[in-house]
Amino acid sequence: MSDLPFTKNEMMIVAAARELARAHVCFVGVGLPNIAVNLAKLTVAPDLELVYEAGVFGARPARLPLSIGDPTIVTGATAVVSMFELFGYYLQRGLIDVGFLGAAQIDKFGNINTTVIGDYNAPKTRLPGSGGACEIAINAREVFVIMRQSLRSFVNEIDFRTSPGNLGGAEQSEAIRKAGGWHGRGPTVVVTDLGIWHFDETGEMRLDFLHPGATLEDVRATIAWEPKISPDLGTTPAPTADELRLVREELDPEGVYTK
Amino acid sequence: MPGKVTSMHDAVAEIVRDGDTVAIEGFTHLIGFSAGHEIVRQRKRDLVLARMTPDVIYDQMIAGGVARKLIFSWLGNPGVGGLNAIRRRIEPAGLVGERPLEIEEYSHFGMVARYTAGATNLPFMPLRSYFETDLPKANPLIRPIKSPYSDEVVYAVPPLNPDVSIIHAQRADANGNTQIWGLLGCQKEAAFAAERVIIVVEELVDESVIRADPNRTVIPGLIVDAVVVEPYGAHPSYVQGGYDRDNRFYLEWDPISRDEDKVQAWLREWVYDLPDRAAYIEKLGAERLASLQPGSAPSGSVDYGSYR
Repeated sequence: MSDLPFTKNEMMIVAAARELARAHVCFVGVGLPNIAVNLAKLTVAPDLELVYEAGVFGARPARLPLSIGDPTIVTGATAVVSMFELFGYYLQRGLIDVGFLGAAQIDKFGNINTTVIGDYNAPKTRLPGSGGACEIAINAREVFVIMRQSLRSFVNEIDFRTSPGNLGGAEQSEAIRKAGGWHGRGPTVVVTDLGIWHFDETGEMRLDFLHPGATLEDVRATIAWEPKISPDLGTTPAPTADELRLVREELDPEGVYTK
Repeated sequence: MPGKVTSMHDAVAEIVRDGDTVAIEGFTHLIGFSAGHEIVRQRKRDLVLARMTPDVIYDQMIAGGVARKLIFSWLGNPGVGGLNAIRRRIEPAGLVGERPLEIEEYSHFGMVARYTAGATNLPFMPLRSYFETDLPKANPLIRPIKSPYSDEVVYAVPPLNPDVSIIHAQRADANGNTQIWGLLGCQKEAAFAAERVIIVVEELVDESVIRADPNRTVIPGLIVDAVVVEPYGAHPSYVQGGYDRDNRFYLEWDPISRDEDKVQAWLREWVYDLPDRAAYIEKLGAERLASLQPGSAPSGSVDYGSYR
């Protein structure tokens, strides 16, 4: 992709932001979701209500928040509440349309690991853990995932299930979610540095769009299972000049997320 | 203004005891770094440290050898990466110390629910989380519970009652009536759940300032044991309206924390070899602090009315 006038990470962030066009209330996760959601707010979804687990509803950040607890998410917000209220009244009550998560490992049904690589009691790599991700995956109406593809991250079996996706498949997931009174119907979109995946009727990831410059060989080389590819596979529209300007000049001038 | 006002040295010496469960709460905002450093300086031992996001402060404290166990829900250097000193005490490869740090892990809502159960004297708190995840397997204290009113099953977490909760805040009066604005995290719940409470403030104010705006009071002096006045005591974290997060420090901690010798050298330079927070602030320098000064965005004021 080196001959393209944008990076793979920029394409990923722009594609993720565009998916939010239909969302109204979005729970913003740490890392890549943070920049994607803030870009959406400046482009396709100006009325998007940003919810931060730190206890903010209706954030209007004047700069890209350095973390999900940045003071810029407070100044000018609609409401600042305790974390009990945020997780209880806003999330568990069912007011969140989209929970936007990152992941270290994901399987074909969208189950997510952000806890450990290796054995829990003697981990090879200790990762941050759930934070709010576990309850977001259960209670947000739908879940978007943004992450880079690699053989280490798109795996047949995740080492730890931190946040439930479509469990063992759509049928099982729907039954369990209904019986448990979950508000969430599970993951609906996975945006990567190579393409856009949605979930088919079996609950499995299906590649619907390839990013410009990416190939099916790239996709297969960075995924542990034989992926489902849409018969109507499309090409993601390249980032517009305006999207690139916002990412490079306003949101991430130091290239923290985009390099 | 005598009241409960004391020095950080005396508050920590008298209120924090070896073996205690200690919660320094504050979600990204108002993290009690000066209190954490004093605990390291006084070489407290065998503490159980509780905190939703251990953050750089617990990375430093655990490297300082004060803890035997960590209770948490998200283990990272926010916006930067991992907490490497803690990781070296959990991951078997390259383990520092004789045995791994004991951990007890929840989700954010689980931790908030634990403090809430503790604060309200309940034996557990139910929540609609943890279904179909490996967290209850990793931590058997997270248990399913059937509703007494239907066949519904939810999960329960036990109360968390710290021996000591330490809360950093913008202002309090000498009796510990404490006001916070900006992110509130779970400081109120952590304070009400605790046996003993230390309040650390940027500014000590007269009782009349508190009474002029009672809606902003988060913690009443009723449950407070000591009030410590330490401006910039939350650095390198931030205080809404006071100073911004010193992100340069959070970035610099990453390479320091990857090397145990550098961590110990940092603790010597910035904790053990300094007498107190005032010395830390002087060493940091006025220029650095000035660079963290935010612009102004005052709230409107409301009229509570006078009723005689």
